[in-house]
Amino acid sequence: MDSRTGGDAAFVAFEHVQKSYDGETLVVKDLNLAISKGEFLTMLGPSGSGKTTCLMMLAGFETATHGEIKLNGRPINNIPPHKRGIGMVFQNYALFPHMTVAENLAFPLEVRDIGKSDREAKVKRALDMVQMGNLGGRRPAQLSGGQQQRVALARALVFEPELVLMDEPLGALDKQLREHMQFEITRLAHDLGITTVYVTHDQTEALTMSDNIAVFDDGRIQQLAPPTVLYEQPMNSFVAQFIGENNTLLGTVKEIRGDLAVVELDDGELIDCKPVNVSKAGERTKVSIRPERVEFNKARLKPGAHTLKAEVLEFIYMGDIFRTRLRVAGNDDFVVKTRNAPDQVRLQPGQQIEIGWLPQDCRALDA
Amino acid sequence: MTDTVDTGPMRAADGTPLKVSLARALRRQKIRALALVAPLLIFVLVTFIAPIADMLFRSVENQIVHDTLPNTVRALADWDPSSAETPGEPVYAGLAIDLQTAAEMKAHTRLGSRLNYEDPGISSLFRQSGRNVDDFGKAAMKELVAADPAWKDGATWGNLLGTDKWVEAQTAWGADKTGLQPAFKARSGVAGTLPRTLGAYALFAADARESGRKSALESKPWPALATALEQDLRAAAPESLSALEGIDTALLARTRDAVDAAAPVDYRADFLAMDKDWASPDVWRTIRVFSPQYTAGYFLNSIDLEKTYEGITKRPPEERIYVTLFVRTLWMSMLITFCCLLLGYPVAWLLANLRASTANVLMILVLLPFWTSLLVRTSAWKVLLQQQGVINDLLVWLGLVDDGHRLAMINNQFGTIIAMTHILLPFMILPLYSVMKTIPPSFLRAARSLGATPWTAFWRVYFPQSVPGIGAGSILCFILAIGYYITPELVGGTQGVFISNRIAFHISSSLNWGLAAALGTILLAAVLLLYYVYDKIVGIDNVKLG
Ligand SMILES: Nc1ncnc2c1ncn2[C@@H]1O[C@H](COP(=O)(O)OP(=O)(O)O)[C@@H](O)[C@H]1O
Ligand SMILES: [Mg+2]
Repeated sequence: MDSRTGGDAAFVAFEHVQKSYDGETLVVKDLNLAISKGEFLTMLGPSGSGKTTCLMMLAGFETATHGEIKLNGRPINNIPPHKRGIGMVFQNYALFPHMTVAENLAFPLEVRDIGKSDREAKVKRALDMVQMGNLGGRRPAQLSGGQQQRVALARALVFEPELVLMDEPLGALDKQLREHMQFEITRLAHDLGITTVYVTHDQTEALTMSDNIAVFDDGRIQQLAPPTVLYEQPMNSFVAQFIGENNTLLGTVKEIRGDLAVVELDDGELIDCKPVNVSKAGERTKVSIRPERVEFNKARLKPGAHTLKAEVLEFIYMGDIFRTRLRVAGNDDFVVKTRNAPDQVRLQPGQQIEIGWLPQDCRALDA
Repeated sequence: MTDTVDTGPMRAADGTPLKVSLARALRRQKIRALALVAPLLIFVLVTFIAPIADMLFRSVENQIVHDTLPNTVRALADWDPSSAETPGEPVYAGLAIDLQTAAEMKAHTRLGSRLNYEDPGISSLFRQSGRNVDDFGKAAMKELVAADPAWKDGATWGNLLGTDKWVEAQTAWGADKTGLQPAFKARSGVAGTLPRTLGAYALFAADARESGRKSALESKPWPALATALEQDLRAAAPESLSALEGIDTALLARTRDAVDAAAPVDYRADFLAMDKDWASPDVWRTIRVFSPQYTAGYFLNSIDLEKTYEGITKRPPEERIYVTLFVRTLWMSMLITFCCLLLGYPVAWLLANLRASTANVLMILVLLPFWTSLLVRTSAWKVLLQQQGVINDLLVWLGLVDDGHRLAMINNQFGTIIAMTHILLPFMILPLYSVMKTIPPSFLRAARSLGATPWTAFWRVYFPQSVPGIGAGSILCFILAIGYYITPELVGGTQGVFISNRIAFHISSSLNWGLAAALGTILLAAVLLLYYVYDKIVGIDNVKLG
């Protein structure tokens, strides 16, 4: 478990938060999380892992069964949602269908008793910010999905909250629009300097948008790290498998020497790895290697490095890359990705080859 | 871009113009669709539209006076209803024929009941006169038979008034008596010379045809025919009688001479002797005012007006009940609808927002009343609300109410409102529930997150979206309430009954179906009007049942 406990500097802090809906199972188990001001934090995890629940507790729609949530250093457990001043974008946008776009945007300002002229100016500014300036008179039903998304975003920002929560806001959009909106949202968040907590189950989205990603599973944060660290140095086998493509081999630790571990795979072959969360010989381990770090050109490997025998099962031409499926140590789903370069070898099915990798690219994780 | 010279209309693959072939394809589709719904359509038309059309028709239909008293109505046209005088001899002469034929067909009592709605007491006049009126006919028949015994014979009358062909067909029918007797056809020329006789005979032939046992030619002629013929013979010019073709003119001439020789009957005096009410101008005014085939009379009655010879006037104050009832029905229905809304809204909200298991139990409680008899539920309210009932007992026991001043909560408007609100509540809750079920909870959350207090979030965001449910529930409750009659009948006393109770009374007790139909029509129009107003104000597409 790697999570930072909120110090005094944290803008948002979850401290030992637990949540149970039915009194029998914990949906969120001992959550500790600190988010600093201006940070774009993404909660990433499979469906049902408790992300929405965390967001709802932060927004005030659910109460924590145990623990404390602090905003700006103040405990907010007993503050009702409408006094928290947190902007929120819902998955289905939750635009009020009986109000026009402009009325939707004016709503948070009206309930704050902001004067009419001031209100209009702010609504206009917010609409311009999401490039919807000319559509203020429309009803939500007359807008496309992408436009509704922008309005929902503008509405969450129009009253200038310091913290914005977004629960899978792009889930309903098509791929191209989603990519465009990912960019827009990050740009706005950074330009306005607001703190954002973003929930998604889409790892690409998380990797491209976030400053920090908290990977959720089973009610716990499995790893909290910036995207590059998360991808290249997963701390456990769940994170390794959940983020990006990953090859897994099962084995037992034979010995550990500093930052090199020798692992005996289940078919008896030996490989070199970096020990991540294994500590002593004899432990079971899942070894994780990214497909693009696998090497079958012996010249590029260190002399004396352990290699493995492999049989080519399938070669898939994907344009920019080649994707080759191998049988390695009894695993039929071992994938290698190679760049489509002029000198690149195209492996043929049935071919017997030897593969290897740099020890630091091969991580011995928990079994 | 095209390589064909494209001047004409677009063509389908087989060369027919595209429009034609499209229309053909669509027509086939339409016919198939129509054929599929046809059974249902016919069913709806027959069982739903037809009764309504019948009701609309009954509310203005008034043929009975015209059909039963044709001669009287014709003669009465010359009488001035504003005079205090009774009408002249021709009216009584006509009445003598009409009343006899009516009595033969037992139509005089129905006519009496009809006119009795307008002028109470008139029905006994008709009933009693109908019993003795054939004295006229018997005397006249004696006279005719004295002139020629052939008048005793039904065939004589048939030969005189029917076409030769009809007589032939009628004789043929008499031989085996299968099927229906041939319909009566009048001989040409008699209509001008012997109009009264012909009119009476047509009824006679139709009556024989309907009874189906004896041919009109073999039946004993009605005495009314004799009265009619006697009057006709006195009125007719001798030349016109001899000009009639194909009949025994000698017989007619002989009879005419005999009739002329006898002293004319004084119908007026005889009628007055029979019943002095025949001297009352009011009776004649009523007959005259209601002689047209269609009348607005029922509708006027429905709004406490009446039609007199002087035009339309207000009914006497003690007879004005319908406007009060209509107004009461409308405002009490609105009040009941409002009470249902007030009580139903929170329940529907709970239903839509509680956990599924709890909501199901609650739903069963809401539906439970549907499974208990309406009568049981209404009677339960009697037990609860009556002066010696549970609630009064409780209040007295608590000392809130003095034993001598127990509250009157039943057999008045209060009772009707309470019981009907209870009965109609599910009809408000169900549409509200189904609309609320479609409002995602995220709307309220969104409003709260935007800074709205729970009340503002409800009022500005949730409530407007539940309006279609309110509309549907209110229309349902209101329309049901406006036509309700069992519950007001049982718990409404005299002050809490609705217009429907009056309609039911006229349908089952007073048998004044015309008035019931007019009241029903007004009720229907009121509902449609309100529906229209609702559409203008709220918009009918803003009504959702789910
Ligand atoms: N209102 C609720 N009542 C009971 N259980 C809930 C409720 N909301 C969520 N859960 C349960 O909590 C778990 C986590 O849900 P959620 O936070 O929505 O996950 P995520 O957003 O990561 O998909 C799920 O198993 C879900 O069934
Ligand atoms: Mg979720």
